[in-house]
Amino acid sequence: MSDVAWSNFKQGIGYQGLLLGFTVAAAATLLVVADRLTREPIALRHAEDMNASLAEVIPASLHDNDLLANSVTLTDASGEPVTVYRALSGHQVTALAYQVKAFGYAGEIDVMLGLAADGKILGVRVLSHKETPGLGDKIEVGKADWVRAFEGRSLGDPPAERWGVKKDGGDFDQFSGATITPRGVVRGIKGGLEFFAANRDALTATVVIQRREDRAGAIQPSHP
Amino acid sequence: MTDSDTKQGTPWGRIARDGIWSNNVILSQSLALCPTLAVTGTATNGLGMGLATTAVLTVSNVLVSLIRGAVTPEVRIPVYIVVIATLVTLVDLGLNAYAHELHKVLGLFIALIVVNCAILGRAESFASKNRVLPAALDGLMMGLGFTITLVVLGGVREIFGTGTLFAGASQLLGQAMSFLELTLIPDYRGFLIAILPPGGFLALGFLLAAKRVIDARAADAAKRRATVAAAIG
Repeated sequence: MSDVAWSNFKQGIGYQGLLLGFTVAAAATLLVVADRLTREPIALRHAEDMNASLAEVIPASLHDNDLLANSVTLTDASGEPVTVYRALSGHQVTALAYQVKAFGYAGEIDVMLGLAADGKILGVRVLSHKETPGLGDKIEVGKADWVRAFEGRSLGDPPAERWGVKKDGGDFDQFSGATITPRGVVRGIKGGLEFFAANRDALTATVVIQRREDRAGAIQPSHP
Repeated sequence: MTDSDTKQGTPWGRIARDGIWSNNVILSQSLALCPTLAVTGTATNGLGMGLATTAVLTVSNVLVSLIRGAVTPEVRIPVYIVVIATLVTLVDLGLNAYAHELHKVLGLFIALIVVNCAILGRAESFASKNRVLPAALDGLMMGLGFTITLVVLGGVREIFGTGTLFAGASQLLGQAMSFLELTLIPDYRGFLIAILPPGGFLALGFLLAAKRVIDARAADAAKRRATVAAAIG
């Protein structure tokens, strides 16, 4: 009798609802716990990744601060926020780095651009892209030296009309079989340099800099 | 899905043979083709995707088998999907936090495991009707068959496409495995289409055909043996 009652109950909508509800509640609980446990290690890993790519474009000899701690967020010409990481030597801005977006053959290309305080390019690294393997992926530093051609260049060198690939009358090489990818990257970097030119004063002024470490140190005054 | 799947107490050897060859996820069931074609540009990627899928498939089979008494047929699909999606998210978070290098290589593929219909397929056709141990073995063997197929597919495409085999394996498996990275054809210009999506379809087509041929030959040989045995008898 009780077996029949149980089996009837199992067929009913109440049991089905309870079962679904219980499953979802258990899944949600597990996910919340896992998210809390892994949030900190994941943030740490991402900071390490960011530090590694910043170190690629800003030489360690140029700064004595933690690059991640002295970032500032500005908006670019199209209203998108750009996080700029600043390299400090004492209180002087010696270099800065930020991500620029380029548009290649197969979508967005994320580029890390490192500039000296005078606007010269220190280094360019492609962080992620979806370009065709074997053709467009020569923008990676591991595959070709192409991105090194930007080092030492600035907005006036070459002049603005020659900031393009050779096919468009510019100064930079394209690859055989791929023009769209390098064209996109060159354009993206030029956009990044224009962003620097527009915000130069705000980015390099000594007065706006407040070193994170200094603020922390201020809790213990040096006078007796 | 053959009838033998649904019988209780399937012998272990049969489960293993089903998973690896005769009921192979890709070559026989033709399931999970989306992640298969998307990631097999290199043998290493195939291996990574295969191993991650095997882990999720085994655990999901065990869980589905454990709750099979409580789950009613009417709501089984949403319940299984919640179980699988939760598992994949847990694997994703865990790898990101504690095996970050591996996560960078596999990152995109892990989310793809959710849409791998092979996992729902095994939950539905095997795990929900069998005890925990056979279900776990079925998950493991189906995963193994999937992994082997992905590695073969990735290997073929990689050799034709770039002339290497297991490029980047040390990133996935650690420096100790760097001996796997081979350059088979030095200064190879590359047969680009092999690593592009069309190459995936081509290679898969040839692989499917090869399995049909091997199966047909085996069936022929068995038939001939049976006739000879009958004639002698």
